[in-house]
Amino acid sequence: MRIQKTISGLPQLTSVKSETLKAAILALLLGFSLIYAVGFSETDRLHDSAHDSRHALSFPCH
Amino acid sequence: MIARMTRVTRFRSPATKTRTKQTSVITRVLATGLIAGIVAGLFVAAIQHVTTTPLILTAEIYEVGGEATQTGASMLTQSALLHRTFNTSLSTIALSMGYALILLAVMLLTEEKIDAYRATIWGACAFAATGLSAGLELAPQLPGAAETALHDRQIWWLANAALSALGLYLLIKTDPVLVKIFGLALILAPHFFAPIPAAPESHVPAELAAKFAAASLSVQALSWLLAGALAGGIYQLLGRHNDEAHP
Repeated sequence: MRIQKTISGLPQLTSVKSETLKAAILALLLGFSLIYAVGFSETDRLHDSAHDSRHALSFPCH
Repeated sequence: MIARMTRVTRFRSPATKTRTKQTSVITRVLATGLIAGIVAGLFVAAIQHVTTTPLILTAEIYEVGGEATQTGASMLTQSALLHRTFNTSLSTIALSMGYALILLAVMLLTEEKIDAYRATIWGACAFAATGLSAGLELAPQLPGAAETALHDRQIWWLANAALSALGLYLLIKTDPVLVKIFGLALILAPHFFAPIPAAPESHVPAELAAKFAAASLSVQALSWLLAGALAGGIYQLLGRHNDEAHP
C-alpha cells in the first residue's frame, strides 16, 4: 500500500519539479532581458530613457 | 460538457491535479516579479529623485564646460525634467522587476525556501556581487567623468557579476573547504583583469563625484534589498492558499 502510494505520487512530483524548473528558467530569461534592456542596450532610445538609472545603479554608461 | 463530467467524477485524475499546480508556480513567480518590481521600483525611483538625479543634472552642467551655482541646478526646462523623471522611474521599475525575477529564479533553482528574510539575504549577496564588487574597479561615475571604452567595461562588469555571484554561492552554501577556496578565487579573479582606469581628467568637481559614489552605492543596496524582501514576502503570500490546500 505504502509502496503503491509512493510510486503513484512520483509522476506528480517529477511534473511539479519540472514545472518549477520551467518557471525558474522563464523568470531568469525575463529578468536578464529586463536588466539587459535597461542597463546595457546600446539603442539610443533605451540609453537615453535609462540614462539616469544606469548612472545611479552603477551600470557602465557613456 | 467537460465541466459537468468533472463534477460527477469523485476524484480528479493525478494529471488534472498536476496541471493545476503547474500553472500556479509560473503564475506565482511572474505575479511576484511584477508586483515586487513595481513597488520596489517606485520606492527606489523616489529615492533616486532626491539623491542621485540632482547630482547627475548638476554634473551635466560641468560636462558641457559650465559651472553650477548649486547642487540640483539643471539646464533643462520643467517639462523636460518631468519627462526625464518619468523615463527614469520606468527604467528603475523594469530593473527592480529584473532583480526580483532573477532572485526568485536562482532561489528556485537552488531549492532554497523562499520567504522575505531569506530573499533579503540573497538580495544583499546580489548587491555584493554586482554593485559593491564592481564598484571596487569601476566606481559609480557621473556624466562628464573620464572613462575608457564602454564595451570593455560592460563585458568586465557582466563577467565580474557572474563570477562573484557563483563564487559567493560556493563560499557560503557548500561545505568542502576546497570548493570554498575555489569560490573565493572566483570572487578575486576578475579584479586582476579589471579595465585600466582612465586618466583623471574629469570636468566634475571631486566633492560632487564623491557624494555621487556614496549615494549610488546606497541606492543600489536599497534596490536589491527591497526587491529581495518584497519578492520573498509576496511569493510566500501568494502561496499561502496553495500551502493550506496541499499541506
